[in-house]
Amino acid sequence: MRRKSALAAAATAALALVLSACGGGGGTPQQPAQSATGGAAAQPAANAALTQVFNPSTKKGGTLKAAHSSDWDSLDPGDTYYGYSFNFGRFYWRTLTMYKPGPGPEGNTVIPDLAEGLGTPSDEGKTWTYKLKSGLKFEDGTPITAKDVAYAVARSFDKETFPHGPSYLNELLDWPKDFKGVYKSPDVDYKSAVEATDDTTVVFHLKKPFSDMDYIVQMPMTAPVPKDKDTGAKYREKVISSGPYKFETNEIGKSFVLVRNDQWDPATDPNRPALPERIEVQLNVNADDLDNQLISGDIHLDIPGTGLQPAALGKVLPDPALKARTDNPTIPRLWYVSVIPDNPPLDNVECRKAVLWAADRVANQTAYGGPVAGGDLATNVMPPPIAGQEKFDLYTSPENKGDEAKAKEALAACGQPNGFSTTMAFRSDRPREKALAEAMQQALAKVGIKLTLKGFPASSYFSDYAGNVDYVKKNGIGLAGHGWGSDWPTGYGFMQAIVDSRTIRPAGNYNLSVKNAEVDKLIDQASAELDATAREKLWVDVDKKVMEDASILPVVWAKALLMRGQGVTNVAYNEGQSMYDYILLGVQ
Amino acid sequence: MSFLDVKDLKIHFPTDDGLVKSVDGLSFGVERGKTLGIVGESGSGKSVTSLGVLGLHKGGRAKLSGEIWLDGEELISASAEHVRGLRGKKMAMIFQDPLSSMHPFYTVGHQIIEAYRIHHKVTKQVARKHAIDMLGRVGIPEPARRVDSYPHEFSGGMRQRAMIAMALSCDPELLIADEPTTALDVTVQAQILDLMVDLQREFNSALIIITHDLGVVAQVSDDILVMYGGKCVEYGSADDIFYRPEHPYTWGLLGSMPRLDREPTERLLPIKGSPPSLINVPPGCAFHPRCPYAERTDGKADTEVPDLAETEGGHLVRCHMSRTERRTLWETEIKPVLETQ
Amino acid sequence: MLTYIIRRLIGAFAMLIVISMVTFGIFFVVPQWAGATPEAMASRYVGRAATPETVALIAERLGFNDPVAVQYGRFMKGVFAGAEYDYGAGVEQCPAPCFGYSFISGQPVWPELVNRMPVTFSLAIGAAVIWVLAGVSVGVLSALRRGSFFDRLSMGTALAGVSLPIFFTGMISLVVFSYGLGWTAPGGAYVPFTQNPALWAYDLLLPWITLAFLFAAGYARLTRAGMLETMGEDYIRTARAKGLREREVVVKHGLRAALTPILTLFGIDFGLLIGGAVLTETTYTLPGLGQYAILAIRNQDLPPVMGFVLVAATFVVIASLIVDMLYAVVDPRVRLS
Repeated sequence: MRRKSALAAAATAALALVLSACGGGGGTPQQPAQSATGGAAAQPAANAALTQVFNPSTKKGGTLKAAHSSDWDSLDPGDTYYGYSFNFGRFYWRTLTMYKPGPGPEGNTVIPDLAEGLGTPSDEGKTWTYKLKSGLKFEDGTPITAKDVAYAVARSFDKETFPHGPSYLNELLDWPKDFKGVYKSPDVDYKSAVEATDDTTVVFHLKKPFSDMDYIVQMPMTAPVPKDKDTGAKYREKVISSGPYKFETNEIGKSFVLVRNDQWDPATDPNRPALPERIEVQLNVNADDLDNQLISGDIHLDIPGTGLQPAALGKVLPDPALKARTDNPTIPRLWYVSVIPDNPPLDNVECRKAVLWAADRVANQTAYGGPVAGGDLATNVMPPPIAGQEKFDLYTSPENKGDEAKAKEALAACGQPNGFSTTMAFRSDRPREKALAEAMQQALAKVGIKLTLKGFPASSYFSDYAGNVDYVKKNGIGLAGHGWGSDWPTGYGFMQAIVDSRTIRPAGNYNLSVKNAEVDKLIDQASAELDATAREKLWVDVDKKVMEDASILPVVWAKALLMRGQGVTNVAYNEGQSMYDYILLGVQ
Repeated sequence: MSFLDVKDLKIHFPTDDGLVKSVDGLSFGVERGKTLGIVGESGSGKSVTSLGVLGLHKGGRAKLSGEIWLDGEELISASAEHVRGLRGKKMAMIFQDPLSSMHPFYTVGHQIIEAYRIHHKVTKQVARKHAIDMLGRVGIPEPARRVDSYPHEFSGGMRQRAMIAMALSCDPELLIADEPTTALDVTVQAQILDLMVDLQREFNSALIIITHDLGVVAQVSDDILVMYGGKCVEYGSADDIFYRPEHPYTWGLLGSMPRLDREPTERLLPIKGSPPSLINVPPGCAFHPRCPYAERTDGKADTEVPDLAETEGGHLVRCHMSRTERRTLWETEIKPVLETQ
Repeated sequence: MLTYIIRRLIGAFAMLIVISMVTFGIFFVVPQWAGATPEAMASRYVGRAATPETVALIAERLGFNDPVAVQYGRFMKGVFAGAEYDYGAGVEQCPAPCFGYSFISGQPVWPELVNRMPVTFSLAIGAAVIWVLAGVSVGVLSALRRGSFFDRLSMGTALAGVSLPIFFTGMISLVVFSYGLGWTAPGGAYVPFTQNPALWAYDLLLPWITLAFLFAAGYARLTRAGMLETMGEDYIRTARAKGLREREVVVKHGLRAALTPILTLFGIDFGLLIGGAVLTETTYTLPGLGQYAILAIRNQDLPPVMGFVLVAATFVVIASLIVDMLYAVVDPRVRLS
């Protein structure tokens, strides 16, 4: 049950229905609300929020102060694509499904939110049907109907107006040919893709079978938007809430404040304790200052949830009192080196293998910050938190420091016994990636592979440099520093964007190096497989195929060093969000 | 005792290179209504003397000794604040080069008003009226309009008149003019000198004119003090200095007097060499390295400092030569040359 | 005088046009040298893993497919004549001066600039008051007590002041005074003056001092040098000869003359600063123009960058014009022509 799959859950939809009904009554047994009975304040300890709720409480009231070192892409549920945004947004939106709140492996599973139960697939997984609960209302008191959900999905189709959000539903659903979005083609009926068959039933029609639909509809594209309040690109300035909080003020790029939404009915929502009275968010806060404020207790929550800055790490790790306030989870993110087959001799798989054999994994891990701040040594592509992940190692070396003999064998097989020269790209404004490039340079030099290092600005790394096919070919880029986090914790959610060669376009690529027809074929097989266990097995096969192709050199499965804010209650690390579960939080 | 009586005044400046004896044992006096001319080359100590009398060296690096009596009051031992109260009121100074001596950012009127109001508790309007009045008295046309002009808007002569107006604004009893005409052309020089003499008569003040040019003091001084190397070398009435000068340095000064009828560059009796260093004053007579008659002193020139001795009736000379020898030289060698033109 | 101002304004206007062209050029031409296509440019402004269709749509929407000159013309037309903005559900009029809409947040640039000006003004004015008062008085005292312990101590501190970067002094001050001692407001606090003047000053105190420290150092050194020079002038001797008290000699005659070069420097510094105290605003998370600019540059968000550059350059130009005119007031010898 650890990796309870979506479909398994769907199969027990009836049970889920009962569960949520219970939840409405007083919460499920997993609810921290039940475990807290006003006992003594929790004793801080490192990793205390990983497997259980730290400092549990049911006390309502207070102001949760949160800060962000940059800014949201957009607060509009149809136009956002950041993990923290999906996490935090649940304060003011509700979607058809959601990750199960709370700590532990169950956080990876999806449970119904607006829907009464998980989706019902039919037509071999090409049609998915969701039934809405009753008693749902927007902040202005109007009822939330299936039509509002269908409209929200349809409006997110318009990528000219909403360029930031995920494209999954654009790709998966069977949109009419002449549909250009709800603004440009208002008269086109989009029911071939998504429709409200009645006030409480939303039906999705897919182009081909797709098994992970429950994970897709936990994304905010399914958060309802009332058509008469929709202002297109300006909707982000005044989002109509369907969750427990609504916007009081919203100064784009500076700050916003959430207050209670009195139209939200807790009876329809067993998952959100909604403890704080107010939530204040400050944007574009100096990242180092943000850490200092988190340490001192001036703010409660670091919204991006990617961990402390290097400057703060140096202060926190040696101090036992501060370290006791941290959690160090492995997140579904891989830092790696793309071994790009576009230029010879790396077009030869043996030369790529030579790179993988020669790399010093320990040096690479050190470059990435070591085992605590950086992450665990990665031996394959999928990180451990992904459902069904298997750890395997095709390039074992003594003490993980690289195997020169094997590397030289591979070089000989490639026809380059004396080594070769190539260029490694990295993001110059990321010190760890720079250190990684230098470690690679040293390790590869031992077998005669000479690396020229070239740094590029992170902001245009994928658009203009490493992710730009022409640039890579013209400038002989052979290796490139890279990192990827999953959208949801399944093989598809993590792998598809970085190993499917059919996603490659002239510029802005995230798949820099995996161009293997067998990999593509396995991906298609895996996405269509409705049986969870078989599907997970197939994704492990994809992982193995990529490692055989030697087009990805894994570095670390990232760990984050998160710090619990002072005076914050109900803190739990959620695996689905790979962050603290924001909707559980309260203040003392 | 005179109105101003300076006795054995010494003004020394300690520097990294040694002690600079700018003024070294100077004595003189001036009465009300009288004019003293102090003449010497630059560096002879004449300007330092005037600043010393005004008390402007107080609180600085200079070491002062001797006595300065002004109207029965000793100033060297008096407090700095007391002397400040006298400055501008009882004694005032006219500086050379009025362009740099007046503040470029304030109007002429403002600067006169400021000077007046330091010592008189009156409103600005009253002080302004007084300033206009003063400007009129020093001969500035349309004073009511020019009172609001800035120094750079005045001609050189006008500026000097304004400077005089400022110095006289509090009716000082002692007026020191330091090279009052140096920056002016010759015709204006005469006007300014006439003006100062007229005003001195009107106010009945004691006047000290400091200059390197004997010609300036020729017409206006009652007494003349010739300075060299921080010391007085000859002192006497104007007649003594012009008709019976006995010091070779004075002869040189007379020979280099610019005159209206002569090219200014022409020097009849040039003084060779340059003024002495005040740190390493030549031994013996300070003037001996430049003196054409140094060999006539029986070798005393570079060993003994000559005394300032009275030659007759208040006429003092500091020279090793005998009185007869000096008079003979004047009558036979110097006077004829000076009279040739 | 009037013709002088008009001529200066025309010159300033021409300069602003040139600056806008250069900024625009850097933004487009440099990536093009590196081989960036319109799509590559557009892919900066889409979400991650965006499809090629999305990128193409955005490239078209942002006008990247047109020649740079056409894009520049369109931008400048917006500045002078206004523009229209299609937000999907409707079209919004953006009246002149319209500096366009952020590529990232979709917010109009001009109102945001106006909105942020009070923050930067508050920061600049408060800091300027502190640094001018502190810098000038320390400079004067150092000059009057040249070679003393005070002189050496203050000039040593001044050297540290000009050398230490704000993000260092700022961060240290925050940790010590805000989080450690709790005397000052934490970073990111700002309340408009009109709302609560006391809180406004409290929140800005630390940024003011940090920023002022940097500038005060330079002003102290400059004042000291200027005072040493003017106190040796003839007119100072005249002022003393008039019987003026020493304090008035120093302030009214000495300092008055020494202040003119400081005025020039102040005009330029202040002009630059109201164009955005970039480091201070970033360090203290103050939502001013400088922070706006740094975010825009980090995100390669052209319209805010353009808007900021033009506004900041305008401030500098205006400040230097005011300084030149003040110069004529302060120093009557200067005549504008």
